[in-house]
Amino acid sequence: MKKVFKPAVAAAAVSLALIAPQTFAADQFFPIPSYRVGAYGANGQAFYGGFIDYLNYVNLKEKGVNGVNLTWEECETEYNNAKGVECYERLKGKAKESAGPIHTMSTGISYALIDKSAQDKLPLAMMGYGRTDAVDGSVFPYAFPLVTTYQMQASAIVKFIKDKNGGNLAGKKIVYLYHDSAYGKEAIIAMEAEASLNKFTLVQIPVAHPGNEQNAQWLKIRQEKPDYVVFWGWGVMNQTALKAAQKVGFPRDKMIGSWWTGSEEDVIPAGDAAKGYMAATWNVAGKQVPVIADIEKVVYGAGKGNLQDKGKIGTVLYNRGVSAAVLSVEAIRKGQEKYGKGKPLNGEQMRWALENLNITEARLKQVGATDLLPEIKTSCDNHEGSGKVKIQQWDGAKWVPVSGWIEGNKALIHPLFQASAKQYAKEKGITPRDCSKEK
Amino acid sequence: MLYREAGQFKTTYAADQQLFPIRQDRIGLIALLAVAFLGVPMFASEYWFSAILIPFLIFSLAALGLNILTGYAGQLSLGTAAFMAVGAYAAYNFQLRVEGIPILVSFICAGLTAAGVGILFGLPSLRIKGFYLAVATLAAQFFIVWCLTKFPWLSNNSSSGVISAHNIEILGYAFNTPRDKYLLVLAIVVLLALAAKNMVRSTTGRAWMAVRDMDVAASVIGIRLMRTKLLAFAVSSFYCGVAGALYAYCYLGSVEPDGFSLDMSFRILFMVIIGGVGSILGSFLGAAFILLLPIFLDILLPFFAGLFGLPFSSATVSHIQIMVFGALIMFFLIVEPHGLARLWQIAKEKLRLWPFPH
Repeated sequence: MKKVFKPAVAAAAVSLALIAPQTFAADQFFPIPSYRVGAYGANGQAFYGGFIDYLNYVNLKEKGVNGVNLTWEECETEYNNAKGVECYERLKGKAKESAGPIHTMSTGISYALIDKSAQDKLPLAMMGYGRTDAVDGSVFPYAFPLVTTYQMQASAIVKFIKDKNGGNLAGKKIVYLYHDSAYGKEAIIAMEAEASLNKFTLVQIPVAHPGNEQNAQWLKIRQEKPDYVVFWGWGVMNQTALKAAQKVGFPRDKMIGSWWTGSEEDVIPAGDAAKGYMAATWNVAGKQVPVIADIEKVVYGAGKGNLQDKGKIGTVLYNRGVSAAVLSVEAIRKGQEKYGKGKPLNGEQMRWALENLNITEARLKQVGATDLLPEIKTSCDNHEGSGKVKIQQWDGAKWVPVSGWIEGNKALIHPLFQASAKQYAKEKGITPRDCSKEK
Repeated sequence: MLYREAGQFKTTYAADQQLFPIRQDRIGLIALLAVAFLGVPMFASEYWFSAILIPFLIFSLAALGLNILTGYAGQLSLGTAAFMAVGAYAAYNFQLRVEGIPILVSFICAGLTAAGVGILFGLPSLRIKGFYLAVATLAAQFFIVWCLTKFPWLSNNSSSGVISAHNIEILGYAFNTPRDKYLLVLAIVVLLALAAKNMVRSTTGRAWMAVRDMDVAASVIGIRLMRTKLLAFAVSSFYCGVAGALYAYCYLGSVEPDGFSLDMSFRILFMVIIGGVGSILGSFLGAAFILLLPIFLDILLPFFAGLFGLPFSSATVSHIQIMVFGALIMFFLIVEPHGLARLWQIAKEKLRLWPFPH
């Protein structure tokens, strides 16, 4: 009897909290519009599982951030823009007093929220997706494409190829094979800029969604005889491309993908065809990262793990979720230094914290996230903070990093963001902030 | 008793032919509009405006557009979302490229553009019918979305193909808050719904229904099929186009072509089927059912789970919500295949006779 009663009370308390949320004064609330069902549910499970596990980890290990307990509420978006907006509106009311950065893991939802979140003064984090010109914080004060962006990633991949070729790409030919959508097209502008700078020939080949038929594209690639294929795929398109590459005999170790093509879910279904394939990532996979191993011990040891399938721990996307949470928690620490230790931050304070992040290698080591993600230092005119990726290679069983942190060509790419942000400001009638006056 | 018509004498043709001939209906409608225009803005929260009421009104308008085409003129279409996309992108381009154009004019132009595209894709309806026509309109769905992705000019060379709506300003007043936007959408939807209600009982509407019921017979009695069918496509697409423009400007704020997917077209078609084919009221009821029920279940399920001590995660809730929703759709279709509007009609008939049914 007693045993049944306890969870009942707990669940009732949880449901009451859902209906009439009362975050206590010393709680830091995270609104989490997540997705765990639908076409991309598997990706969401790993990412949000990692995110929540780390928040739990901080609560268990350190009793929160300087005594401020971390709380959160999830709302299922199913990767659907309209549902994402509904979730945001629902969670918004609960995030008035304290709000952690909102991670939607969806470019579409981020776009839909970018104006709303600025109006509501809630910080929107878009790690590795979303509106990339939000790097220019003078126009987008509340949007943070943290760590790195598609364009910087493309530039970093080109740099990696260039280093492999003795620092010279003149006369080489690179095929850009991309998912014909907003996501795939974002990086074209960077690839074109790199092509004209480094004097290589760029061949763009789009693949229509969902991309489970690529014979025509790979036939073209065989005719073109490129030196490299830079690959911007998504979902089922990734394994199809790897199999097609094997069929036409294109060496997989000359194929370099974006970070949405480089998870275990992408390569395992391709089997043998994936061996040697490389992909960029801003967070490494594996349990050798101390914090990941510790989460498994502390959080799952206490039976508070978020994942039902423990096998996902240490996968690329799980670690990405953890890295997103590490950044969010570090931002809370930073904010508390300014606004008072032991106090939760509201959206505006959180925004300041995200804009003044300075996470050094030493700090990463302290939290056990060495090499999990690159160093990050943000400012008003640089909401990205890093722009670095690693290249990893699939050895048939796991992802192995084959490079150090590579930074994209900031001098080339950032002016593109500024121009785009300026156009946005003009369209919307926004007066950009003066970044030199921000502290 | 409340709904008795006794004593309501019609002494003029105008009184006999008015939109709502029963006095109780008129009072009810005026009360409803008063609540919508005055009561709701005073009490509703921001969540209600931007997550429930605005999308409900916009999808009602889109369902109304489809209902004109499918319910009244009998032409099955699967391109509704695509016509909405045309509306959204057209409004954006008019606003962007025509200096100083008022936003309402942009919306109208968006509707007209969508009407033009609708006529184009309505042409096959002159030769093919039923499911075959549905397949032909499917082409609209894919072609338009492809077109919007393919030509960067349409999204003002945005690198991602996403457009971001401008601020809304009418006569110097900026519609910034969800409440303002709600009132704007409500006004437009009410106007267009009344127009539709009038249209379907005019010559045009009667011609549509004649074509729907049997187009050979209709042409025998002198209805020009081509004109009638294409007009239905034009009017329907106009409604969808305006709905699309409102979707971009008053609801999401930024849209991408992929957002207007086949999935959305199906949803709108389901709204029409559940609400009632060939009924203005049905469009609203259907939109409410399809749009609001999942949200309602979403909020209610965790509560019940709590009562019975079940450990529900948000994913489980989502799964159960989909199942319950599917079951309810089947239930309603079995109990009342003519849709929710028909249920309301039956209730009305009964109320008129109550308490003395004969």
